[in-house]
Amino acid sequence: MTITPRPAPPRSAEPTILTGSGAVLKSLELLGVTDVFGIPGGAIIPFYDELMQQSAIRHILVRHEQGGGHAAEGYAAATGKVGVCLATSGPGATNLVTAIADAYMDSVPMVAITGQVFSHLIGTDAFQEADITGIVMPITKHTFQVTRPEDVPAAIKAAFHIASTGRPGPVLVDITKDAQADSAPFVWPDKLDLPGYRPVTKAHGKQITAAAQLLSESQRPLLYVGGGVIRAKASAELLDFAESTGAPVVTTLMARGAFPDSHPQHLGMPGMHGAVPAVLAFQECDLIIALGARFDDRVTGKVAEFAPGAKVIHVDVDPAEISKIRTADVPIVGDVRDVLSDLSIAFQDLAVSERPDLTDWWERLQALQERFPLGFTEPTDGKLSPQHVIQRIGELTGPEAIYAAGVGQHQMWAAQFIKYERPNAWLNSGGAGTMGYGVPAAMGAKVAEPDRVVWAIDGDGCFQMTNQELATCTLNDIPIKVAIINNSSLGMVRQWQSLFYEGRHSFTDLETGSDAKMIPDFVKLGEAYGCLSIRVTKPEEIDPAIKLALETNDRPVVIDFIVSKDSMVWPMVPQGVSNSFVEYAKDHSPVWEEE
Amino acid sequence: MSTHVLSLLVEDKPGLLTRVAGLFARRGFNIDSLAVGRTEVPGLSRITVVVDVDRLPLEQVTKQLNKLVNVVKIVELEPEQSVQREHLLIKVKVDNATRSQILEAATLFRARVVDVTTDALVIEVTGDSPKCQALLKLLEPYGIKEIAQSGLLAIGRGGKSISERVLKGDRA
Repeated sequence: MTITPRPAPPRSAEPTILTGSGAVLKSLELLGVTDVFGIPGGAIIPFYDELMQQSAIRHILVRHEQGGGHAAEGYAAATGKVGVCLATSGPGATNLVTAIADAYMDSVPMVAITGQVFSHLIGTDAFQEADITGIVMPITKHTFQVTRPEDVPAAIKAAFHIASTGRPGPVLVDITKDAQADSAPFVWPDKLDLPGYRPVTKAHGKQITAAAQLLSESQRPLLYVGGGVIRAKASAELLDFAESTGAPVVTTLMARGAFPDSHPQHLGMPGMHGAVPAVLAFQECDLIIALGARFDDRVTGKVAEFAPGAKVIHVDVDPAEISKIRTADVPIVGDVRDVLSDLSIAFQDLAVSERPDLTDWWERLQALQERFPLGFTEPTDGKLSPQHVIQRIGELTGPEAIYAAGVGQHQMWAAQFIKYERPNAWLNSGGAGTMGYGVPAAMGAKVAEPDRVVWAIDGDGCFQMTNQELATCTLNDIPIKVAIINNSSLGMVRQWQSLFYEGRHSFTDLETGSDAKMIPDFVKLGEAYGCLSIRVTKPEEIDPAIKLALETNDRPVVIDFIVSKDSMVWPMVPQGVSNSFVEYAKDHSPVWEEE
Repeated sequence: MSTHVLSLLVEDKPGLLTRVAGLFARRGFNIDSLAVGRTEVPGLSRITVVVDVDRLPLEQVTKQLNKLVNVVKIVELEPEQSVQREHLLIKVKVDNATRSQILEAATLFRARVVDVTTDALVIEVTGDSPKCQALLKLLEPYGIKEIAQSGLLAIGRGGKSISERVLKGDRA
């Protein structure tokens, strides 16, 4: 169709006519999106048809939608930008569900765009129809279903706004095939019509004063730092606040890197597999300043006996987290970065004489640190020590790299034995505990940060869930490095079976180790995907293999580290038990209240 | 456990009721009654929910409801500061011997007869929950064939409106 030029151009230019698909692309472009992860199918062909005809947005063709979802998460977690994944209707969309649930639990800003059957077929059990907005309702911040092309720009803009503001999280936009194919004028909305969405970011001044007051009265304060500090990009403010107060800091599994591990005020990670000083600091402190943390059961242990002597200042952008598990004495709803700045000022306004003397507190904590440093015992079965392997990866690669883990023992060791100095360097599935997160998340991170070394520290179980994305990596020049901590078993479950089920190792043997059937052979598998693949069985081979991996950037690398299946993650607070009964190693609890 | 009446001002969007009901279900809260309808503002609906929970979980459910993007505002309506009404349609069995007694009962309750046949009456009553229950109890011996009951409706007393500040509020 040709449009006759008008004699006098109208004051505001006529909006361009675009298809719904074109409108999605234009919207993504206006939002600054440069990379998306996806795989096409019947109900999203119109969109893919236009996707191939443009160059502003790079599309990475994944091999499974779950991989696309985790890649978008890794992309987001490494940068703070919104990750984007695409899938078709029905099974394509349902394959995204695990990644969406994962992003929801860990507050990852993500937008999932799914194709849907024609709008006139909705509700008829059409081919590849699934009520995806209904399915993901409990695991998303919000969902949109778009059935008309003119509704595309507002839906996409709102989806990005919701995903990235307040407490970040996943948003799904489901677009029918007719809405993708039909045309409408493209109008980019100036304002969003979201009367029910007003995240609080600026905290109440009265609460800040109350918090500073509590802090000034505290003899044994503790900064409990959660993943919210990373999402809010508040590491610099945290460092200022921590140094001005002199208080000890613990960083949760989600917050590793939010505060430098090398900092003398850092006690390490708390929780079920936390460092003993970090775990016991909770039990002995008189004030917890929770910053973007949500008192997860893996951190608190038995809630009724958690931090019995502590008052709580709870800072979170999500009001629903405050007093959900532990009642806060001073609740502060706000963006943790702004709150930390306000708190620093309020604390500095206190006269020096009002500031507490933390000498005794630090003496106690330093004694715990000296007595219970992180460590491990060498295995006796002649296999590699998994902790040593992971530690060497961290030492030889350094803090500028990105480390993505799967879920299980290797994840805990990677959280413990790699030293994190900066936020967004440590990516893992904390809340959902999604096995298979590692490889695709590393892929997403490498796309976002091509100049950084990106390791996937994976287990032999996790690796078998999502290793197909190595094909994506090789073909798209995404040279990630995968360290398989191969103990030939579902190690964390096996550890629980050893400790709590009298050694009955029910269905946790995966036969991937060197003295097992070795199915699959990870070196052959890696080679089949075009990766440099190495097997490491001897301690002296560890460093050369890591160095070779670091020198290899023309293709992905897979290293199969054959480690002992008897190595366990220590320390440990058994499930449902008070943090006070943390075990440093098997049957070895610190002496409680030794003074 | 105690009963609380929540009034939700919500955007009239597809799936809204599922979002609200689903949230109650997955957080383990029981809904005693639910009433949904339009408001004086186009595009906004009002949901009146009666929940049976303790104070602390109620705070949690209110916060969770507030996180729903389409939920604009939530207020708890205390019995003293609000008018609360149920609406009930009762089909009761009648014969020549009982008809006049039933009609008298209906009059006493300021209920209205809205359908009459030789063997049944449909009685409509509006009131607070105890009143509706009392009428039901009175009619029970005659034989109740069928009832249809609305969820509780509630509105705050005085000149203020739930939608007042919302409409002036900033739109992001």
